[in-house]
Amino acid sequence: MSADVDLDNVSIRFGAFTAVRNATLKIKGGEFFSILGPSGCGKTTLLRTISGFLDPSEGEIRIGGKPMSGIGPNKRPTALIFQNLALFPLMTVAENIGYGLKVRGVGRAERDAKAAELLKLVALPDQGHKRVSELSGGQKQRVAIARALAVEPQVLLLDEPLSALDLRLRQHMRNELRAIQKRVGITFIYITHDQGEALTMSDRVAVMNAGVIEQVGDGRAVYDDPKTGFVASFVGENNGFDGTIAAVEGAQAVIETAFGRLAGRASTGLQPGKAATIYIRPEAFHVAGNGAGAAIAGTVTAQAFEGNATQLHVRADGGKSIIVLLSRREDAGDFATGRQLTLTYAPKDAVILAAGAAR
Amino acid sequence: MKPLSALMIFGLPIVVLIGFALLAFIERRQGDGPKTAGFVERNGWPVSLYLIFGVGIWMLFLIVFPQLYMVDYSFHPKLPASARGGPRDIYTLENYRYFLYGSTSSTANWNVTHLNAFWLTIVMSIFITILNFAICYPLAYFMAQVAGPASVRIYMLLLIIPYWVNELLRAFAFGILFGTGGVINTLAIKAGIWTVPIDFIGRDIALYAGLTYAYLLLMMFPLYNAIEALDHNQIEAARDLGAPWWRIHLEVVMPYAKPGIASGCTLVFMLAAGALAAPLVLGGPKSLWFTPIVYDRFYQAFNWNQGSAYAIILLLTCIAFVLLVMRLFKVSFSEIAR
Repeated sequence: MSADVDLDNVSIRFGAFTAVRNATLKIKGGEFFSILGPSGCGKTTLLRTISGFLDPSEGEIRIGGKPMSGIGPNKRPTALIFQNLALFPLMTVAENIGYGLKVRGVGRAERDAKAAELLKLVALPDQGHKRVSELSGGQKQRVAIARALAVEPQVLLLDEPLSALDLRLRQHMRNELRAIQKRVGITFIYITHDQGEALTMSDRVAVMNAGVIEQVGDGRAVYDDPKTGFVASFVGENNGFDGTIAAVEGAQAVIETAFGRLAGRASTGLQPGKAATIYIRPEAFHVAGNGAGAAIAGTVTAQAFEGNATQLHVRADGGKSIIVLLSRREDAGDFATGRQLTLTYAPKDAVILAAGAAR
Repeated sequence: MKPLSALMIFGLPIVVLIGFALLAFIERRQGDGPKTAGFVERNGWPVSLYLIFGVGIWMLFLIVFPQLYMVDYSFHPKLPASARGGPRDIYTLENYRYFLYGSTSSTANWNVTHLNAFWLTIVMSIFITILNFAICYPLAYFMAQVAGPASVRIYMLLLIIPYWVNELLRAFAFGILFGTGGVINTLAIKAGIWTVPIDFIGRDIALYAGLTYAYLLLMMFPLYNAIEALDHNQIEAARDLGAPWWRIHLEVVMPYAKPGIASGCTLVFMLAAGALAAPLVLGGPKSLWFTPIVYDRFYQAFNWNQGSAYAIILLLTCIAFVLLVMRLFKVSFSEIAR
């Protein structure tokens, strides 16, 4: 069974420091929901509050419609997977998984049966007798998931559990986690600072910065249509050019920057003459032939061949370094360092945000 | 000294040492693991010699030889110096017999006074150990897992500073606290809690309190170290999985801290059973602790042979008891030494 998680204007303060400010979220039952943000942004604090280890200073948390204030972590329908997993080193794998059932008074035979069933679910069949120290990183990961699922939580909370794994395993576990979530069908709330993780796994993502949730939406919305400068630059690579708005025409705006007049999609709240920033993704750029209808001119300072694409660092004539990602098809061969080129882009691939745009 | 005694006292340790050296040598020869640098190669000759002789002399001359000498002593009758090594200096069990029957020759009556004191010492040392654990565990848990680092430093100081006062002085201070005209009785009578002074010393309450306090730190530090090493997330994980607080302690914290608990309990038990100052100062009129009796064998009865026998009985009983408890709780020596 899965449950909705509602955060209603939740603020969490430690003394004078506000770790989370006015967080409001409606997480639907059965959803894979990620909270993405840099370290120190308050996302772990928020997760610990949902799991019951911390109390909100203001606001209310409801799980399955029920207010959670005064209900301890041992009484909530949530289970938390810790960043370091926190498996019990002195217990076997099966004892770890069965511990939540043991404290609920479930008998040994039933616990072992449940452990065996869950080990199958996380693709570790017949490993119950092993000690935790005998397992590899990825296996420990699976045991931690099984241990949390054993108590049949309605909401599973995951605190960057993949961060200790190496890259290949991490990518593999992403798919695995997603598949497990689909199978058990409960709500997953996943904390991460890795935007790749957030975008690939989640139904929806909340981007958090300095204690504030800046934007909530599915991966595409957050990537293609950032609402704040932080979201634009934190989720994926981005090139931002500061300037002042020259004109706003319907859905499009033009901004006057040190690199010329640049057009892009207009966000709300733009006014001519006001400071703003235009964000152009590295992959939105094309290389035009010399002298063609220009956007930004610059000099290649470095190139990196990545197989399916080539990444260029281009120093714009105004002095700013721009990251450009050329797909294989567009790659016109060798971009030697020092080569002059002109970068163009389609205005629909750029977004203009008013300076200081924040929710 | 008889040849057999000399052989036991000096020969035995040396034979054991040579045996160990041989074992280590054979193991190095036959070991299929990668050859690591030898002790001397790693440390160089000057340091190796210093370590071997430093530790060797300390162990052999200050611990092993005197102890074995005492063992030998305990199997001889008490004799004037002139008669030692003479025809009357025979091997005998009379000192041990005296402990059991109160006489070197007759086995008609049990030596009730000494046997009672002996068992009471063992039983009360167990009790003091448990009491110490009950006092220290919550405190150690609080310091290791709950309190912030700044306050932990203050608690540590508060715990350590009283122990700058020497043991004898602390025992006398407890006497002042618990005496019939002492601080506790005076305050309680003034406050009207009781009207007639309670004889804490006569009832040995002062003794048990003093002994408990005397070895508090030896319980505290192993416990603190063991609990401090526990990842706090484990406690939270158990709580998140639904465990009530007492189960978290029983099933997560204590199993993890078991080596610390074992080493604290062993230290406190051994030292309480062997304590001398507190029982002498705080013991009631009828001395019940075993160590003053041992002391009396040496310095009142001037019977070093009997005293040795008594000391060895206490030592062996304590060691046997500790080994038994370690076996029961499945603790190994290497864990205790951690």
